[in-house]
Amino acid sequence: MVLSAADKSNVKAVFAKIGGQADEFGADALERMFITYPTTKTYFPHFDLGKGSAQVKGHGKKVAGALVEAVNHIDDLAGALSKLSDLHAQKLRVDPVNFKLLGQCFLVSVATRNPGLLTPEVHASLDKFLCAVGTVLTAKYR
Amino acid sequence: MVHWSAEEKQLISSVWAKVSVEECGAEALARLLIVYPWTQRFFSDFGNLSSPTAIIGNPKVRAHGKKVLTSFGEAIKNLDNLKGTYSKLSELHCDKLHVDPENFRLLGDILVIVLAAHFTKDFTPACQATWQKLVGLVAHALARKYH
Repeated sequence: MVLSAADKSNVKAVFAKIGGQADEFGADALERMFITYPTTKTYFPHFDLGKGSAQVKGHGKKVAGALVEAVNHIDDLAGALSKLSDLHAQKLRVDPVNFKLLGQCFLVSVATRNPGLLTPEVHASLDKFLCAVGTVLTAKYR
Repeated sequence: MVHWSAEEKQLISSVWAKVSVEECGAEALARLLIVYPWTQRFFSDFGNLSSPTAIIGNPKVRAHGKKVLTSFGEAIKNLDNLKGTYSKLSELHCDKLHVDPENFRLLGDILVIVLAAHFTKDFTPACQATWQKLVGLVAHALARKYH
């Protein structure tokens, strides 16, 4: 799956619009994921996953930061996410299925907070981008 | 046997009451065909699907989207018997239409996003969780008679 020029442009536009609120989107997406897909909580036994959790907010900020970094280097996702890819392969070993679940929740976050942004074309591009990120993060698993 | 809490039933009915089946169905199906273009394989007789604009404006897409979501409405009236509700449709999708059940999951996820965009902040995490549960169960019921 290849990101076209239009895809890259669409994704950059989304993140430009989200701008400084990326952290909130990240936290919102995580909160939604833990509630909608309870199995994802198994990766965070050490977290307080209650509503408003500072740990979830903090982690949402990390996730959002990584996505922003990826967008800023959208022509070389593998390079930009290489260290995170190593981390997920060697230490975190989050089952690949979960990246799709977080992706879905991120799309829902964008849809609820900025529905006008998510035209069908942008929806398609963002979905592709999130898939690509998941693919990179799991690329070194075996 | 699926269990629905009172809260879940409330979240489903309150959302559904405000949904335009025609608009929502058309949008969901159009987005499915745009976001996951390989799903167009089932609609070769729908005419022009060559671009997002063509897909969104395609009257057959709109009509079929309405049909699909109308059927969803039936599920909502029969939350305690999704299997029975979708039994015949399941056979149809397997034997006649030859649709991979993965497509039901894809459409379900798209529907959730369409609802999220429509209801914005009212589409709370609890609301999303309930609707993801519903679309997942509908997909499961539609796949049940496959062989």
